[in-house]
Amino acid sequence: MSVSLSREWDRFTPQQRIGRWLVWLAIVASLVWAVRTVEIIPEFLADAPEQMADLLVRMWPPDLRHYHPAVHDALIETLHIATLGTLFSFVLAVPLALMAARNICRIPVLNGFAQLMLVSSRSVNSLVWALIFVAVFGPGAAAGTFAIAFRSVGFVGKLLAEAIEETAPGPVEALTAAGSPWGSTMLKGIWPQVQPAFWGIALFRWDINVRESAVLGLVGAGGIGVVLDDAINFFQWERVATVLLAILAVVIIAEIVVTRIRARLI
Amino acid sequence: MTATPDAAQAAARQAFAPNWMARAGAVALAAYVVYAMGRLDITWARLVTGIGEAGRFLGRMWPPNFERWELLLEGMLESIQIALLSSALGILISLPLGLMAARNLSPAFLAAPTRAFIAICRSLHYVIVAILFVKAIGFGALAGVAALTVASMGFIAKLFAEAIEEISMKQVEAIRATGAGLGKVLLYGVLPQVASRFTGFCLYQLDSNLRNSTLVGIVGAGGIGGTLFAAFKRFDYDFVAAILLSIIALIFLAEIVSGRIRAAMR
Amino acid sequence: MMPAQQGGSRGLVLRGLAKEYVPGKPVLRGIDLAIAPEGITAIIGPSGTGKSTLIRCINRLVEPTAGQILLNGEDLASLRGKALRLARRRIGMVFQEYNLVERLTVMENVLSGRLGYVSLWRAWLRRYPAEDIARAFELLDAVGLPEHATRRADALSGGQRQRVGIARALMQRPELLLADEPTSSLDPKTAVEVMELLARLTTAAGVPVIVNIHNVELAKRFAQRIVGMSEGQVVFDGPPEDLRPSHLQQIYGGEDWL
Repeated sequence: MSVSLSREWDRFTPQQRIGRWLVWLAIVASLVWAVRTVEIIPEFLADAPEQMADLLVRMWPPDLRHYHPAVHDALIETLHIATLGTLFSFVLAVPLALMAARNICRIPVLNGFAQLMLVSSRSVNSLVWALIFVAVFGPGAAAGTFAIAFRSVGFVGKLLAEAIEETAPGPVEALTAAGSPWGSTMLKGIWPQVQPAFWGIALFRWDINVRESAVLGLVGAGGIGVVLDDAINFFQWERVATVLLAILAVVIIAEIVVTRIRARLI
Repeated sequence: MTATPDAAQAAARQAFAPNWMARAGAVALAAYVVYAMGRLDITWARLVTGIGEAGRFLGRMWPPNFERWELLLEGMLESIQIALLSSALGILISLPLGLMAARNLSPAFLAAPTRAFIAICRSLHYVIVAILFVKAIGFGALAGVAALTVASMGFIAKLFAEAIEEISMKQVEAIRATGAGLGKVLLYGVLPQVASRFTGFCLYQLDSNLRNSTLVGIVGAGGIGGTLFAAFKRFDYDFVAAILLSIIALIFLAEIVSGRIRAAMR
Repeated sequence: MMPAQQGGSRGLVLRGLAKEYVPGKPVLRGIDLAIAPEGITAIIGPSGTGKSTLIRCINRLVEPTAGQILLNGEDLASLRGKALRLARRRIGMVFQEYNLVERLTVMENVLSGRLGYVSLWRAWLRRYPAEDIARAFELLDAVGLPEHATRRADALSGGQRQRVGIARALMQRPELLLADEPTSSLDPKTAVEVMELLARLTTAAGVPVIVNIHNVELAKRFAQRIVGMSEGQVVFDGPPEDLRPSHLQQIYGGEDWL
C-alpha cells in the first residue's frame, strides 16, 4: 500500500502554466520591441515636464472675454452636430441591426454582410469620416454631422443587434402562432422588449458623440474644433484655455443630463 | 345574451392609457430635427449634390494604391508601438490609481481628489490631449504615447474603481481577520474578485488605443495618422483608400484576437 | 372507446404525421388522429414523448417531416407564406410560459390576437376597430380581469397572465384552440381554476381544444377524450372513464408512482 501522505497543491496544471508563461513572454517581448524601436528623442523626453509646465502657465488665466459670441455659438453648433448625427445614425443602424440579429434574420450571408458593414463603420474613426465628408460636402457642420452619423452606425447597430438577440422568443412565438404578419410581430413582440436598451444605447452614444463632435473642427468639419484650431495655430493660449474649459463644461453637463434621463427611463 | 347597459359602458371604458409624455417627446424630437437641420444648413439640395460628390470620391479611391507600402508599413508599426506602450503605461498607473479611488478601500480625502483627477483625464478628447502634448513636448510618438496613456488612465482606473466598489467586503474582512497586512489583503481579498473584469477593461482599452493610435498622427503625434492626413491634403485618395483598408484590417484582426483571448479566459 | 368522428370536413384530422429532428431518430411516428369540432381532448404522456412536438406541428411552429394536417378540410401542411399566416389566424394557442409581451398592457396583449387582421399602421397607432375593443373587454370580463385592461402584463400573477393568454387566443375567434401545458407553471389551485375557465369558455364558444397536459388527474377531470402517447405513438385513445392503471403503466412506465 503506497499512499503518498503529502499531497501537493498546484494552482495550475502544467499545460496551464506553460500557457500563462507564453502569454507573459508575448506581452514582455512586444513591449520590449516597442520601447526599443519607437522613435523618441531623448532630449524631448527629458525636457517634457518643463515644457508642460510652461504651457500650463501660458494658459492661465483663461481669456473669458473670448467666450461670447465665438465660443458660445460654436458650442451650440457642436451640440447640434452631436444630436443630429446620433439621430441620423439610427436610420442606418436599425435595419442593419435587424439584419445582423440571428434570431430575426436567419440567412447567414445577410447576417455576415450586416456585421461587416457595422464593423467597417466603427473601424473608421470619426475624424477620418470627417475628412471624407469634408471632401464630399465641403467644410462645415454638414460634414461633421454625417461623420458622426456614419461612425455611430457601427456602435449603435452592434449593441442593438445584441439586444435584439437577447429578447425572449416566447412572445414572438405567440404572435406568429396567431397569424401576425412580420412587421406587426416586430412592432409588438420585439420592440417593447428592446425599448429600454434602445434608449440607453442612444443616450450612451450621444454622450460619446458630444465629446467627438468637439474635435471634428480640427479638420474643418464645424463645431468648436474650428475655434480651437484657430486659437492653437495663433498661439493664443489663454483662448485655448477658455475653449478647453467650455468643452469640459459641456461634457460634464451632457453626462449629468444623460444620468438624469436614464434614471427616469429605467 | 341580451344587450345590457354594460355594453354602452364598455365603449366608454378606457382601452389604453394615453402616454402624453411619449407623444410630446416624439413631437419635440421631430421639431428639433427640422430646426437643427436648418441651423446647420443641411438642405435636400446639398444632400443631392453630396451624393454625386460621394460617388466621384469613391471612384477616385478605387483601386486602392499600395505603391508606397513601405511608408504605410512604417506608419502602421509606429501606431502599434504607440498603442502597446500607452496601454502598458496606462494599465500600470491605473492599478494604484483605481485602488486609491475606490471609496470602500480608500479614505475620503484620498478617494475624492483621485476620482476628480480620473474624471479630468476622461473629459478631454484624446486628440485635444495629443495636440497639447505635441505643443508641449514636441512632435512624434512621445506625444502620442502620452496622450493615449492619459486616455487609458481615465478609462481603466474609473472602471477599476467601480469594480472594486462592487466587491463583497466580507471576503476582505475575512483576510484581514487572519492578520494579513495591506498588501496581502489586496492580493488575496480584493484582486481575485476583480481580476477577470480588470483584464476585460485592459483588453478593451488596448483595442481602443489601437484604433486611436492610428489617428493621433493627424495632429502630429506619430503613427499612420500623419501619413493619412498628408495623403488627404494632396488628394491622393487612392493612397488614402490603401491606408484605410490597412487600418480596418488591423482593427478587425485585433477584435478577433481579443475575442479569442476573452473566450479563453472564460 | 369513443368512436372518433371520421370523414366529414369538420374538425381536425391528422394523417401519418411524422417528425424527425435528427434523421433516423423520429420523435413522432406516423400519428393518425381525428378530433371532433367540439370538446376537449387531452394528450398525456411522459416528457420527451412528442406531445409538445405534436401540438406545435399542428400550427407549424415546428415543421413536420411528413403527413397531412386537415383543419376543416384544408391541409395546413402544404401551406406557405401568406396562406400559412392566414390559416394560423384560425388557430388559437395558449402556452406554458404564457408568452405575453411583458412591457405591454393587458389590453394590448389581448388585442394582439387580432394582429393578423389589422394593418401595421393601425396596430402602431393602436386604432383597433371598435368591435375588437368591445370584444376584448367582454373577454376580460369573462376571464375575471375586468379592471386590469391598462395594467402592464408583468404586474400580473401567473394565473392572471394565463387568463390573459386565454383571452388573447379567444380574440382570434378560432376554429381550434391548442394548449401546450397551460397549467404546468401554476400552483394546483390556480391550475384547476384556469382549466375550469378554459373548459367553460371554449364550450360556450363551440371551440374544440387540444391540450397537452402531464397532470393525469386534471386531464381526467376536464377532458372528454384522452389520447395517451408513448415514444412518439398513440397507445391509448378513449374517454377518461376507460383509462385504467394498466394503460397508465403502458404510457408512463414504472409502477411506484401509481
